[in-house]
Order: sequence, then C-alpha cells, then structure tokens
Amino acid sequence: MISSRNISRRQWGEWLTAYAFLLPSFIVLSVFIYYPVVYAFGLSFQRWRLLRGPAAFIGLGNYEFLFSSEEFWQALWNTFYFALGSIPTGMAVALLIALLLNRPLRGLALYRTAYFVPTITSLVAVSVVWMWIYHPDVGLMNYFLQSVGLPGVRWLNEPGSAMPALILLGIWRGMGYNVIIYLAGLQNIPQHLYEAAQIDGANRWQLFRYITWPMLTPTSFLILIVAVINSFQSFTQVHVMTQGGPLGSTTVIVYYLYQQAFQQFNMGYGSAIAMVLFGIILILTLIQTKMLGSRVHYQ
Amino acid sequence: MTFAKQFERVVIHLLLIAGAAVMVMPFLWMISTSLKSQAEALTYPPQWIPTEFAWSNYARAWQAAPFPRYFLNSGIVAVAVTLGELATGALAAYAFARLRFPGRDALFTIYLGSMMIPHQMTIIPSFLLLNTLGEISPALGLDSYFALIAPFLASAFGVFLLRQSFLTIPNDLEDAAILDGCGRLGFLWRIVLPLSRPALATLALFAFMGNWNSYLWPLIVTNSNSMRTVQIGLRYFVGQEGASQWGLLMAAAVFVSIPVVVLYLFVQKQFVQGIAATGIRQ
Repeated sequence: MISSRNISRRQWGEWLTAYAFLLPSFIVLSVFIYYPVVYAFGLSFQRWRLLRGPAAFIGLGNYEFLFSSEEFWQALWNTFYFALGSIPTGMAVALLIALLLNRPLRGLALYRTAYFVPTITSLVAVSVVWMWIYHPDVGLMNYFLQSVGLPGVRWLNEPGSAMPALILLGIWRGMGYNVIIYLAGLQNIPQHLYEAAQIDGANRWQLFRYITWPMLTPTSFLILIVAVINSFQSFTQVHVMTQGGPLGSTTVIVYYLYQQAFQQFNMGYGSAIAMVLFGIILILTLIQTKMLGSRVHYQ
Repeated sequence: MTFAKQFERVVIHLLLIAGAAVMVMPFLWMISTSLKSQAEALTYPPQWIPTEFAWSNYARAWQAAPFPRYFLNSGIVAVAVTLGELATGALAAYAFARLRFPGRDALFTIYLGSMMIPHQMTIIPSFLLLNTLGEISPALGLDSYFALIAPFLASAFGVFLLRQSFLTIPNDLEDAAILDGCGRLGFLWRIVLPLSRPALATLALFAFMGNWNSYLWPLIVTNSNSMRTVQIGLRYFVGQEGASQWGLLMAAAVFVSIPVVVLYLFVQKQFVQGIAATGIRQ
C-alpha cells in the first residue's frame, strides 16, 4: 500500500487518466455483459412470463423442469449430433486441403479465396441458397444424387434428413476457417525437423505421422474447441431453414432458448437454459485456455 | 523437373480444383438462379445457364421489400459499432498497456472474463433492460438504433488486440512526448494510434463483418420493418415470398452477400493474418 503523502501529483494524474480511459468500455461491459450475467442467474430461479404478471421465486423449479423435460434433452442431443456430424469430418477434410496448399503453388490466392468465401458470407444468405439446393423436387442436391443413380431425399422436410442437411452446410461453411488455421499451424513447424528426418530416410507417411501430426496437435485442439463452442451457439441456419423442425429434429439448444424466451416469453425458464448453455461453454473455454493459453497475440 | 514430380503437381492441382469447385458451386448456383424467370428456376433437370437473363429480378427484389432501408440500417449500425469499439478499445488498451494504477491486474482479469460469456447468455436480461428503458424514451428502447448499437460499443477482445500492439511502443518515446507537453490523449492520438494501424485495421474488420452478419440480437430487438437490418430483412423476405419466388430470393441473397465479399477481396491478406493470429471465429 502506498501512503497517500508520498503520492506525487503526477501519479494521481496517471491514476485518474487510467480510470477515465477505462470508463467508457467498463460502462458498456457492465451494462451489457456483467449485469446481464448476474441478472440471468437470478432470473433462472424465478417463474416469470413477460406480460403475465409479476415474477415468482421458485428456487430450482426451472432446473427441475428443464432436466426432466424431453424437449431439453432432445435439444441437447440435436446440438451434440450437429457437432459430432460436422466437426470430425470437417477437420479431416480441412487438414487434407491445408496439406495440399502448404507449398508454393500457382493460383494459391485463388484457391484460398474459393475455400474461404463461404466462411465470411452472411449465414442468412447461404442458408437461403442451401434451402434452394435442398429443394426436394427441383433442387441441385437431389439432381446430383439422381444423376449417380441414388434416390432423391426430402432433405429439410424429413426428421431423419434435416439435421444431416444442416451438417453438410456446416462442414462447407466452416471449411475455410479450419483450412486457414491449419495452414498457419503447418507454417509454424520448423523445416529442419523434416530435413533431419529425410536424411534418416523417412518416407512421406512417416514424415506426416511422426512430425506433422504431433506438431499440429495444439492447432487441432484449438480448431476442435472453437468448433464445438461454435456448434453449441448455432442458431441462424436453424431459424432460417427449418424453424427447429420437422418434429423438433433440428431444435438446437439456442433455438430452444429462443422459443422459450422470445416466443413463449418464459423469461425465467429461458434464463435457466442460458445458464446450462453457459456452463457447457465455460467448461469448453476453460479446457481451451488451460491447454493453449491465450492465443490472442498480434504480430 | 522429373515426370513423377510433374505428375504429382498435376494431381495436387486437380484435387484442389475439385475441392474449390464444390466450395464455390453454391455461389454459382445462387447467381445462376438469380438470373432466371420463375418458370425456368423450377425446370427439372436444372440448367446452369439461363436461356434468357432475367436481370429484372434484381430490381424487383430490391423493391419487393424495403431493402434500401435495410442496407441503411445495417450500414449505420455496423459503422457505429466499429467506431465505438475502436474508440473504447483504444482508450482501455492504452490504460492497460502503458499506465500504472491500483487494481490494474484485477480489472484486466475482469475484462478477460467477459470474453468467456457467450452472447446468448446475456440476451434475455439485455432485452428486458431495453424494454424497461423504452418506457423512459422510445429512442433507448427495443426497435431502435440504440438497441442495435449500444451493447456492442465495447469488446474485451478489442481491448486485448490493441493492448498487444500498444505494448510494443518504446517507453522513452512516451516520456519524451509527455515532457514536450503532449498530453496522454495527444500521445495516444498522434503516436500510438498511427503506429498501431495494423491492429486497428484488423479490429475494425472483425467488428464490421461480425456486426454486418449478426442475426440473433437484431432478430430479437427489431420488430418494425423500418428498423430491420439486411440479414433480418432477407429472412422475412423468404417468409413473405413463401419460399417460392426463387429467382427473386437468390437475387436478394446476392446483394446481401456482396458488401462483405467485396470488402474481403480488398483486405483478404489482413483478414487471413488476423484470423491466423487470433484464432477468432464468428
């Protein structure tokens, strides 16, 4: 503790400047992040239907209802299914593409753009395009299937095929991001490791198996966690393409929250769903920070 | 070059071209359909090249819903959020990077913590807060620019990104400037910001794109047609057309996509480097 007598005027000035500089961002973060978190926590113990009278404290009532509700488990399973369906395949293909791109190639920028554009385009716009691609009668997807002798699928209209349709879109859209991150990881592998191994007569598979893959573990881990967090936050494509249907087969957790809080106006129950979602994402984020440290560094 | 090497090169290119074709095909299909008449859009088997280019789809889609207004709204919101995030981020980053004050580390940890909060967790309280503020003044309530902009005027991510950059500026530079009577704010404005252009540009890019493409929050807080952003407008346009006028829908999807794609083509190097450096994903 610094005694106040020894504090020079200049130091006071520095403190005041610092607090003044922090004030704007602190106000915004407080009003729209810190306070909402505390408030959502409190709300999750209340029964409150907006426009239907005052809130009532019900303790763990929302959570009891949540964990015994088939809809909630269905939403959790749908989210999990989406993640499981899109992430491993998407990562494997992205790694393959990154390995192919990781060399001086003619047209590299063009390839990179082609793989990356789906990632940056508005998800609403690409969702509308994919609705059209999945059109059961005249869609491009069924046309391809039929041209190789497979039967057409009623993609978004059947409980069995709606989620696979969203998974395909998810793989396609996440590809560019994963390729970019994998490429960055590949470029960080020291070249001399390969040179040493080649002198020892290692073949290509061995180079990949014993150098590339182990050296890419942190990168793969980063992609995995980011992708899982992202899957658990998916909402837009569901709201645009399927509205959670058919028969609730694409109601992912955030869509369930949206239905409860903003269509039924169950603010307390919606907050309980938000708390569960927060718990899941917090665990994932902590794993990520523990394994990787903060990756926010700028060269 | 040996034959084997040459053969390998060809195979690699073929694989990459096949992959790239799959990636861009939906976009080509979107553009193709956007130039078809209603009758031709629904012909089977599908044709890639329209027999007659229905350019009028674009004008019709543009007028079938208040798209000019949607674009104006999205532009106002994305620009305001970007400028706000840069301003609040630069001030806070400067304090964290270059000033000493009691509670600095604790505050920094608190900022760090806000990055762990998923946006979906804050939407219910933020919605209720704006609902209450709206009773004081409609301009501060739901369905206003304030509701679309205010929650995003600061981000911890922005503070971190800029702080990293500000830390690299030598201290003697600052001492000299302060002695010359250039105040803290003057030093930040004249020296720190010009030296941190790459970081500022990266943050501006992420802020703008993220906001232009955002969906859940504007969906929740807007309910009048005049306040909708481009993304929400497009979604309602699909509902309004009953997902049948595919030519018009694809034309609308094209012009909603164009701004961000064009922006990306201009700054792709910076964008790709930024993503690789930060691991951020929207």
